[in-house]
Amino acid sequence: MAFHFPKPTPQQNTTTADAGLADSHHHERPRGLMRWVLTTNHKEIGTLYLLFSLTMFFVGGIFALVVRAELFQPGLQLVEPEFFNQMTTMHGLIMVFGAVMPAFVGLANWMVPLQIGAPDMALPRLNNFSFWLLPVAFTLLLSTLIMPGGAPNFGWTFYAPLSTTYAPPSTTFFIFSLHLAGISSILGAINIIATILNLRAPGMRMMDMPLFVWTWLITAFLLIAVMPVLAGVITMMLMDINFGTSFFSAAGGGDPVLFQHLFWFFGHPEVYILILPAFGIVSAIIPTFARKRLFGYASMVYATASIAILSFLVWAHHMFAVGLPLVAELFFMYTTMLIAVPTGVKVFNWITTLFRGSITFEPPMLFALAFVVLFTIGGFSGLMLAIAPADFQYHDTYFVVAHFHYVLVPGAVFAIMAAVYYWLPKWTGHYPHERLAQVHFWLSVIGVNLTFFPMHFSGLAGMPRRIPDYALQFADFNMVSSLGALLYGTSQLVFVLVVIKCVRGGKKAPAKAWDGAEDLEWSVPSPAPLHTFETPPHFERPAH
Amino acid sequence: MRTLLVRVVAGLMLALISPLILANGWNMPIGVTALSSEIHSLHMTIFWICVAIGVVVFGVMFYSLFRYRRSKGAKAANFHEHTGVEVLWTAIPLLILVAMAVPATATLKNMYDTSDADIDVMVTGQQWRWRYEYLGEDVAYTSNMSTPREQISGESEKNENYLLEVDEPLVLPVDTKVRLLLTSDDVIHSWWVPELAVKQDAIPGFVNENWVRINEPGIYRGQCAELCGMDHGFMPVVVEAMEKDDYDVWLAERKAAAEQEAMGVDREWELAELMERGEQVYGSICASCHQVDGSGNPPAFPALAGNVQLLDDAQWHINTVLNGVSGSAMPAFRSTLNPVEIAAVVTYERNAWGNDAGDTVQPSEIVEMLEE
Repeated sequence: MAFHFPKPTPQQNTTTADAGLADSHHHERPRGLMRWVLTTNHKEIGTLYLLFSLTMFFVGGIFALVVRAELFQPGLQLVEPEFFNQMTTMHGLIMVFGAVMPAFVGLANWMVPLQIGAPDMALPRLNNFSFWLLPVAFTLLLSTLIMPGGAPNFGWTFYAPLSTTYAPPSTTFFIFSLHLAGISSILGAINIIATILNLRAPGMRMMDMPLFVWTWLITAFLLIAVMPVLAGVITMMLMDINFGTSFFSAAGGGDPVLFQHLFWFFGHPEVYILILPAFGIVSAIIPTFARKRLFGYASMVYATASIAILSFLVWAHHMFAVGLPLVAELFFMYTTMLIAVPTGVKVFNWITTLFRGSITFEPPMLFALAFVVLFTIGGFSGLMLAIAPADFQYHDTYFVVAHFHYVLVPGAVFAIMAAVYYWLPKWTGHYPHERLAQVHFWLSVIGVNLTFFPMHFSGLAGMPRRIPDYALQFADFNMVSSLGALLYGTSQLVFVLVVIKCVRGGKKAPAKAWDGAEDLEWSVPSPAPLHTFETPPHFERPAH
Repeated sequence: MRTLLVRVVAGLMLALISPLILANGWNMPIGVTALSSEIHSLHMTIFWICVAIGVVVFGVMFYSLFRYRRSKGAKAANFHEHTGVEVLWTAIPLLILVAMAVPATATLKNMYDTSDADIDVMVTGQQWRWRYEYLGEDVAYTSNMSTPREQISGESEKNENYLLEVDEPLVLPVDTKVRLLLTSDDVIHSWWVPELAVKQDAIPGFVNENWVRINEPGIYRGQCAELCGMDHGFMPVVVEAMEKDDYDVWLAERKAAAEQEAMGVDREWELAELMERGEQVYGSICASCHQVDGSGNPPAFPALAGNVQLLDDAQWHINTVLNGVSGSAMPAFRSTLNPVEIAAVVTYERNAWGNDAGDTVQPSEIVEMLEE
């Protein structure tokens, strides 16, 4: 890893007193590789998380491209159905647990202490451990690809009994790797909660915290609540596979539907874990480039909390077709529809922030605006899916694939991209190359829509998800989707190029890199020195 | 740059709406049951509500982006909260949601009313075929995909109903309330025909209920909708709806054929006869895992050609077919195949692809084993 930032250099410590003295009172630090293995610094660990996430984004992306290449035309051309199923499964697992979640944890590591004026995370050694569990977990997961019988092939939702009685032998390794990733998430969440509750700058009340901090606080509670449920359900699978129990095997008196209840009791809050921090990022970026304070700060906090609470009451909307009783269908339909209300409040607040602002379109803003539009489209299809009678037609089709990719790719992933462009000047001391970033943005927007928009049509017209081959009437939609995926996938190389260029040099950024930015992170120099806020800053509440 | 942004988004919005107005092949089918058209209109209602909200929300957004550009000298205003509008834009969506929930609730209640059905059909999912049993009629058969492998691999031209065609469709009369009872022998499957607006999971250990009353004769095609393993994509559902009189004739024929088959149990079968019948059964039931040439797909699906255990031990062989192998993908066929079919397929496996057991297994032997 030839990364060399951020190195503490004396001349950076001129603007704030608290960043002074650099490393002088610390012990000799390990150099080279061991510096990264042993680091307890939130910025270095944040960087590790982000680089890990980027790597997994490309690994998961290659799996997606294998899937899209096979689906380019009807017929089986490139891969066998077994391998196709392994690719869809691994794509989902890697993207959810390996790319999006670690990216948000990385951003939290870097930015939460800077945004609340803390010197580091509250539990730095735990922080190091949480990170290093991830490479182990995902090496293990990826190694299942070369095991006899192949990698997990039962979809990222791993419904029993396909994932137990009928699963490949590698499933036990998959369970172990998911346990490790889960422990990493729980420890990371504990650390974030401890940091936010204990290390805020004097004078910063909870209702003064930036929304990224708020959304992450709520996300961390969600993680602590549901990761143990995931751990429980995969342990039950482990028992069914290896120790002769029958939790999910009907032949032994077990209940395959129980698996789905448990999985989605984890899984639905999980999808908000993947999107709430994105709301926080967008709520930071839009006010900055509209040069106007976020509209309805308090309602944003309440809306986030409402979404988090509701997320525990909607899980069975993933199960409308399993044969739930009518009252259960109605209950879960109504609660799911309710989620549209706080989500709508958020969108309205963002748009009202734009209204009568003074708007510019730097790369982070482009991604944040695309987020608002495309995430809202994903929200609309989500609302349609909530309507239980119609869901019998939508369920398990490409309409669902279109829906969750709209909220996860131009949703979560675009927000992560926006965050990277927004905070790169703080991390590296340089602005990202604007032209290249624009090229990345436009190729991504076009690629994403070409890929996922036609999936609404193929799904409505009757194409089930997770099939390696399809009837001829779906051919045109699939060809467009595959071309779009190729465009979107390759254009992410531009992103890597921008990041590398930005680390190496570029236009110098001042401490306050964006003129409309208000939060505490913009009070420390750019690049942020290795140690910041060793003396707590004085927090000034913005005047009303 | 900025106008380009506006144009691209406007273009996307148009792309969203126009094909759906054109419909047909781009949209949910209206279908051939009262419920399917009710669901379709529910779908369109929600869709247009979403479009309307989208037009307003994105309209305000793009107006703001356009009007309040700093490059055009916009100065930022200073407002940042207003309890009144927050209450308003919480309340209005709530009212819209209530308006959507009312018709949805009515339709859902209707979908759940499986009472007073005239015909009961048991639908059983198996990796990777459907089995249909007309309850009380002694008629049962499996329905396999009939698209040849050569079309899938691209060695021959794909026909019109590629992947959506079966050897024996589910035959139902029109204008008759049919109750479907769904279950599975192995993993979870989902029985789906878009034009009937029926999608219901088939779950091992559970019996789910759904119902359908088809208005028009015709052939309606769908697929398994729940990932069920390797050949999930090759598990079509085909329903042939016919006039009631035609259905009665068809049912009578099936019953007669079933009786004929039952009588075959008592007589002695020739090797050639069993081989011919066995090849049929093997092709529709066994070949998807063990391959047409018996080479299997180890380690999950062992080869049958040259399988020493199979050739040495006929009892073991029959037992495996009857009772399956627990903890593996090999299901028990004792209740899904009749004695003639089991005898035939075992005989075929023992004497095809160079296997040279030379013996026959008689249906009567199977009956004896089943009685034990």
